[in-house]
This record gives sequence, structure tokens and C-alpha cells, in this order.
Amino acid sequence: MTSTFVGMPAFPEAARTALGDSQLRANLAHATSTIRAKRARVVGEVDDWEQLRLAGAAVKDDVLLHLDEHLVRLEEALTANGAVVHWARDAEEACAVVAEVARSHGVDEVVKVKSMATAEIELNEHLEALGIAAWETDLAELIVQLGEDLPSHILVPAIHRNRAEIRQIFTDRMAAAGRPAPDDLTDEPARLAEAARLHLREKFLRAKVGVSGANFAVADSGTLVVVESEGNGRMCLTLPEVLVSVVGIEKVLPTWSDLEVFLQLLPRSSTGERMNPYTSTWAGVQPGDGPQEVHVVLLDNGRTRALADEVGRQALRCIRCSACLNVCPVYERTGGHSYGSVYPGPIGAILNPLLRGVGTDEQTDSLPYASSLCGACYEVCPVRIDIPSVLVDLRAQVVDAPRGGIPKPEAVALQAAAAAFSSAARMSLAEKVSGFAGRLLGWQLGRRGRTSLRRIPGPGAGWTDARDAPLPAAESFRSWWKRTGGRDA
Amino acid sequence: MRDGVSARDDILRDVRRAVGEARRPVDVPRDYRRERVVEAATVDLFAERVADYRAEVVRCSLDEVEARIAAALPPHAQVVVPDGLPWAVPGAVPDDRLTPAHLDGLDGVVTGATVGIAETGTIVLSHGPGEGRRAITLVPDLHVCVVRADQVVAGVPDAIRLLDPTRPTTWISGPSATSDIELDRVEGVHGPRTLLVILAG
Repeated sequence: MTSTFVGMPAFPEAARTALGDSQLRANLAHATSTIRAKRARVVGEVDDWEQLRLAGAAVKDDVLLHLDEHLVRLEEALTANGAVVHWARDAEEACAVVAEVARSHGVDEVVKVKSMATAEIELNEHLEALGIAAWETDLAELIVQLGEDLPSHILVPAIHRNRAEIRQIFTDRMAAAGRPAPDDLTDEPARLAEAARLHLREKFLRAKVGVSGANFAVADSGTLVVVESEGNGRMCLTLPEVLVSVVGIEKVLPTWSDLEVFLQLLPRSSTGERMNPYTSTWAGVQPGDGPQEVHVVLLDNGRTRALADEVGRQALRCIRCSACLNVCPVYERTGGHSYGSVYPGPIGAILNPLLRGVGTDEQTDSLPYASSLCGACYEVCPVRIDIPSVLVDLRAQVVDAPRGGIPKPEAVALQAAAAAFSSAARMSLAEKVSGFAGRLLGWQLGRRGRTSLRRIPGPGAGWTDARDAPLPAAESFRSWWKRTGGRDA
Repeated sequence: MRDGVSARDDILRDVRRAVGEARRPVDVPRDYRRERVVEAATVDLFAERVADYRAEVVRCSLDEVEARIAAALPPHAQVVVPDGLPWAVPGAVPDDRLTPAHLDGLDGVVTGATVGIAETGTIVLSHGPGEGRRAITLVPDLHVCVVRADQVVAGVPDAIRLLDPTRPTTWISGPSATSDIELDRVEGVHGPRTLLVILAG
């Protein structure tokens, strides 16, 4: 099961904390606006972008509606290529496979390519408990790991850290993990990247076991694909003797030629480049070239649950580009940590409840509300996931989720509203009460220099968890019209 | 095995149950650009887009390749070369199953390529003769890559069609780079920090 970051509060509370951190907000605003502009520029130069999006969405829908057939074909092709295929129902089973492979080779460390699936199953923590160090080799993941921190963005997980903080983390923590940072390390990005290069190179050169995810898994040829920038992926996929790849079951593509769509959609949507620096493809074991023992773990961990959701299953089209994060006004202000998961932003707001199920914990149930439903995420999504519609549907599921037979406050409030709106006399009475409350509260808050109610008590408290409530108007429209006839408008 | 049922059987059963009645054929619209003609401008675009990634691009005729390779290498450089490379390289060290540590001690690598993609400025290696196994173009800090003009195609679909999915492939678009620190692009993290492309013909 995908788990919430330990002890993470529900979204509104976490967001309130994040909003108070002005450094974080500045870093996020800079990051998201920079990537947005880069993406817009490179997407704008592709004149068949919409056709590619339609094709991408259709390929993924075809995969999802015949997922069993594609998985069986993928397994056959991988096995024919000399790979060992494992199936994992949940995080625990997937971690156990990786641990067993590491143990069978007697190693106490593995090198890792950045992978959302392995972050989702908390592989590093699992291996650490067994005395196996899992070294993250992506620069941002290294920053997060050395800083004992949490990732805050799918593409650039350390985006909440600035260069001075990164220098400090390297200086303080690199020595305990291997080669120390140079004594004269500055906070110049090129120097920091050089420090990471030197620190990690000794790990790459001695590593026996590499661990990766995969962006795509081609069923007809048994080919896995990893898309990256730094070359750490190539190091982990090429130099170790043994490679284990943890792949979500929705990553399968029917044919090699389907890559022609996704290798155009992904880099432009993700880093805003025409193409990412490095893409590696491999089909099992290649004699004399790269790892001679190759394992692939096909991971469910809630994906079949998401697949059963007729509205929500489209979330499984996701190719983890993170374009939706960068355009989201909520993400831009609250950052990734507020979502309490390795999948933040708009996609996280639907994917986490779909993978975990609604009605089990408050944090997950709060996520479908972490949105203003502005729809920017749908517009940029390269595989056309209609995130706003899924959010609305999940909100309904959260409200309907059984909680010991006690109706949710929204249901009670809407029943009361129905009663008031259906009778003029009751409506008029309600307005009088509201107007009186508005005048009274306005007078009280005015003395404290405020113009809005931050939280309202009682059954409405949940509503104001995520928003400030305006003061009730001092006078209703109908009473104002009766009094003035509209003359002082 | 858990409760006597394999994870494989469980997952496949859950997939079938989840899809249920929704299973239906999906038509994939393929009206994006799939095949494009290569013109003289396509090769120019390739050169321009490779250079956009801050890779160095040198254009020459096919006869000049060896001289350009020699000029691209530092004096007395030790350079790994794959089997089947059609050009002579000064300071060549044949790839006799060199270890990663040995490769790390060399100055560079010279290879050919399988295809070049103009629209994205990408070079694709498929690691056969003249290109070598994957490690040799990864560990050394300088990669000199010779691409013949007749290997350049217009777009990604044109390249996919030419590649064999059962071969390992490496798609290279500029030198190794990261933007992980405040989104400042820095060339050269783990892959070769210098990529020099000789575009011949």
C-alpha cells in the first residue's frame, strides 16, 4: 500500500504551514514559472501536439482496458530475453524481491536510479532496515537523501532547497556516506554538481547491484525504457552486474512503435526540452554488454483498485511528467510536502486516493479538495487526464464513504439548505438571522482589523479548513430591494 | 505465494475484475506526423539542434573524418575505440572488456552512431560494431561521435522505425546535464561532460 509520509497532517493544515514559509514560496514560484515557460516554448514548436496527445491517451486507454493481455505478453517477451519476472501485489512483496536479490549476491549496498515506483513502496527504508544501503544517484534525490528530507516535486524533488542549503548539506553529510565534499566547496551549481559527480562515481564503479524503475515497458519486445538527464541512470543500468527494475503494471506499452508518441510527449511536458539528455532502452540481458542478471518486478500496489474506478482509471495513463504540478495555483503556493505523498500536485490529489481508496484516512480524503478546479492541469496533461472531473467524482466518494452511519456535515447542511430554499418564509427568516450575525460579527472583527471569518465553528468547520469564510452580508438582497427599490445601487 | 495463490494470478484476476464490462477495442488515432522526407535543411536543423544543447558540432566531408577526430582529441590522449570503427584514431585503446575503473582512467571515446534525429538534436547508439558496449560511451569524460549525414532523419517516429527494440539503445541529446539546483542548467554530472559531434557528408 502506498503510505502517507509518516505523521503527515491533512492537506489544509500542512498547506497552512507551507504558506507561512516565504523562502519555500519564493523557490516554488521561481521553479514553476521557469518550467512553465520552457514547456510552453517547446510544446509551441510542435504543430501536431494535439494529435500526439490524442494518440497518447488512446494508446494508454487501450493498455488499461486490456492490461491483463499486455502484461502476459510483456512477461513472455522479458523471459525470452533472459530477464526474471516477479509479480508484487503490494509494497511489501516488491521490497522483499529487491532485498532477496541483493542478499543472494551478498551485497550491503545498491545504487538507484530516481524512480517514483521505488519511492512509492519506500524501498530505501525497507532495505535500510535489513542493513542494505540504497544510494540515490540523481542529484536532487541525493540532496533529499543526505538531508534526511522528503521530495517535494516529481521532476525536481529538491526544489524547496536553495543553493546555500545544498552546500551545507553536502559539507555536513557527504563524509558519512562516502567521499566527503571538497573543503573549498562553494554554492555555485556547477561546483555542487561536481561534488556530487565525485561522491557518486566511486559508488558507481564498485556497485554490484543496480535498482531502477522504468518509464515504459514494451510488451511485444520486452524492452524497458528509462528517461533521464544526468547519466546516473545510464551508470546504474549499465555498470552493475545485476539489475532490478520495479515497474508499475500500468507502464506497459503494446508495441515499440508506441514509443514514437511518448518520447515526444514526455520530455517536452516534463523538463521543457525537445529531448532529455539521455534515454536508455534495454531488452533483458545483452550478452557482453551491461548487467548479466536482470530482474523485473511488476507492481500492483493499488493500481488494480484505481483501474476499477470507472472515472478515475484514466489517472493510470499518467507518465509522471509533472506538467500539472507546474501549472497548479495550489501547488505553486503550498509545495509538494503538503500533499503528504511522493505524488504531489493535481495528479497526486487523484492518484493517492485512487491507489489507497477513500474513507480510510483523513489525510488521503483531504486531497481531492486540494484544488480550485481551475482546469489548467487538464490542459497541459500530455495524456489528457481530466483531473478536474476525477477530483469532483472523488469528492463525492469521500462524502459517500461510510463512516459508521453518521451522515457527513455537508449532507446535513445541504438538507437544511434545501428546506430553506423551498419556502419563501423560511428563506426570509434565514436571511434575517444571517444579516444579524453579519452585522454583529462585522462589528466584532472590525475591532480586530479583519474582514473575513477564518474558521466557522460547528458543522461548517470542515468547509473552512480549506478556505476563509466571508462575513455574512449585513443585509440580504431581498431586504435591501424592499427598503430602497434599487435606487441607491 | 500468499494463501496458496501466486501474486501473478491475483494481479491478473484483479485486473480482469477491475476492467469488467469496460473491455473494448480502442482505436488509436495515428494522424500525427509519422513519416517525413529528409532534405538538405533537415541535416542543417540537426546540426543546429545538437549545438543548442551546448554540444560542439563540426561539419566536414567523409574524407576529412579522421583528421577531425585527431583534431578533436587532446595531445597524447588515451581513447577507447569500439570494434568495427571505420576510422583510425590516434591513441586508440581497443575495448578489450575494459573494467569500469580502467575506463575511468581514460581520456575519451570515439564512436559512430545509428541514427540522428533532426527535430530533437538527438543521436541514437544501438551499441553494435563501431559503437561498442554501453559502458565505453558513458564513463570517459569526452565523447567524440561521428554521425554521417545520411543517418539523419527528421523526427522521432522516423528514428523509432529504424531501430531494433531487442538491441540496447542510448539516446543522447547533448552532454549530461542537470537542473536540480534552482533550475540552473549545469552540463556534466555523470555522463561525458564534453560531447563533440562530427557530422560528415
